[in-house]
Amino acid sequence: MGEAIAFYFIAACILGFAVLVISTKDTVHSVLFLVVDFLFVAALYVLLGAQFIAAIQILVYAGGIVVLYLFVVMLVNLKRPPEAHADPHRLTKVGLGMSAAVLLELGAIALYSSQLPATPVAPGAPMPVTGNTEQVGWLLYTSYLIPFEVASMLLLVAMIGAIVLAKREL
Amino acid sequence: MVDTLVIPLLKILIVLNATLVAVTYMVLLERKVIAWAQSRLGPMRVGPYGVLQPVADAVKLMIKEDITPVRADRWVFTAAPIISMVPALIVYAVIPFGPTVSLFGRQVSLYITDINVGLLYIVSVASVGVYGIILAGYASNSKFPLLASLRASAQLISYEVAVTLTLVSVILMSGSLSMVSIVRAQEASGMWYMFVQPLAFGIFVIGSLAETNRAPFDMPEAEQELTGGFHTEYSGMRFALFFLAEYANMIVVSSVATTLFLGGWLPPFPNVPLFDFLDIIPSWTWFLIKSFLFLYFFIWIRATLPRYRYDQLMRLGWKMLIPLAIANLVITGIVKVLLA
Repeated sequence: MGEAIAFYFIAACILGFAVLVISTKDTVHSVLFLVVDFLFVAALYVLLGAQFIAAIQILVYAGGIVVLYLFVVMLVNLKRPPEAHADPHRLTKVGLGMSAAVLLELGAIALYSSQLPATPVAPGAPMPVTGNTEQVGWLLYTSYLIPFEVASMLLLVAMIGAIVLAKREL
Repeated sequence: MVDTLVIPLLKILIVLNATLVAVTYMVLLERKVIAWAQSRLGPMRVGPYGVLQPVADAVKLMIKEDITPVRADRWVFTAAPIISMVPALIVYAVIPFGPTVSLFGRQVSLYITDINVGLLYIVSVASVGVYGIILAGYASNSKFPLLASLRASAQLISYEVAVTLTLVSVILMSGSLSMVSIVRAQEASGMWYMFVQPLAFGIFVIGSLAETNRAPFDMPEAEQELTGGFHTEYSGMRFALFFLAEYANMIVVSSVATTLFLGGWLPPFPNVPLFDFLDIIPSWTWFLIKSFLFLYFFIWIRATLPRYRYDQLMRLGWKMLIPLAIANLVITGIVKVLLA
C-alpha cells in the first residue's frame, strides 16, 4: 500500500516535471526542471531497491551531463524568440499526427499484453555475492560481459571522435 | 516504533543542530586563528574573548534588508542559496561518528544510516551542490557573479575528477562502498589508509581544498578581481546561507577524509596491544578530534598560502593531480591482485 502510494506520487512527479521541461519558455528553467525530473527518477530506482543505479543516476545525469547542458544554454543567448513562433500553426498538424500515432501504438501494446497470460519470470541463478553494488558488478562481469565491453568501446570511440572534432589541427 | 522512528528522528535532529552550531563557530574559529597568525586579537567585544560573536552575526544578518535585483531571475535567485545549503547538510546521513554503542540499555548506532552505496551517495549529492553556485551567478543577471560562477563550476568539475579517482583506490582497498565497512576494513588491516595510500590522501586534501573554494584555490571569491564572487548580489540571510554552506562543506570533507583516510572513530594504532589504553577515550571523541585537526589545517593553509592564478590552478588539476590519481589507482589495483 505505502509502496503503491510512493510509486504513483513519484511517477506523477516525473511526468509532471517532464511536461514542464518541454512547455517552459525560459530555457534555463527548462534545464532545471530536467534536473528535478532526474532526481525523481533516482527516487524511483531507490523504490525498486536499486540504490547503486540511483546514485549513479544522480552522479552522471543530474550532476554531470545537465551541468554541461546548463553551460551551453547559459552561454548561448536564447532570449530571442525562436522562428517557429512566427507561424504557430505550421507544425501543429505534424505534431498532432505523430502524437496520435504514439498514442495508438501504446494502446495497441496495452491491449495486446492484457490478453497474454501472465508468465512468471524465471528466477535467475543464485548469486554468490550479497549487497546491491556487488550484485550489479557480478552480473556485469558474468552474464552481461560482452554488452558491457561493447558499451565501453562505444564510449571510447565517441570520446576520440569528440576530441578529433574539437581539435582539427592537433 | 521507538527503534524505527523515534531514535532516527532524534539522531537527525542532533546531527543537524550540532552541524549548524559547529558551522557558526567555525566562522569564529577561522577569524580567531587568522588573527593569531597575523598577530592580532580577532573578535573580542561580544562576550568573553568574542565567544558570542556568531550569535551577534546571526542576529545582524537576519535583520538586514533582503534585496533582490530588479533584473534578476526571481525564482532561481531564491532557490540558489537553498540548493547550495541542502546537499551540504544531507550528506551527514551516512557519516559514521562511531560504532554501535549501548546507551541507556539500548543498542544505538552512532550514525544515521549505513547504506550499501554510502560513498557513492556522498559523491553524487556533492555533485548536485555545484548548481547552487552556477544558478546564483546566472540568476543575479550581473557580470561579476556570472564570471565567478563560471570559474567556480569549471574548478569544481575539474577537481571532482581527481578526488573521485582517489576515492576509487580507497574502495579498492576496503572492497566496499559503505562508510562503516570502510572503517571496519581499516580496523581489520590494523592501519589507517593514510599510511597505505599516502598519495591518494595528498590528492584528496588538495582536491578538497579546491572543491570547497578555500584558499589557495578561492578563485570564485577573489575579491580583487570579482568584487565578491558569485554571491555579490546577495544580501542578508540569503548571503548567510551561501556562507554557511561553504563552512558546512568544509566540515563534510573533513568528516569524509577522517572516515576514509584517518580511520574514522578508531584510535591511533588500532591493533597494537601496547596502545590499548587509548580505548578508554570514547570512539566519537576520536572522530571529532581528527575532524577538528583537519578543519584547523584548512584555516592554517588559508593564513599561510597566497592565491593561485587561474591557469596555474587548471594546470595543477588536469596535468598533475588527475594523472597521479590514475597512476595511484592502477598501482593499487596491481598490488591488490599480487597480494591476493
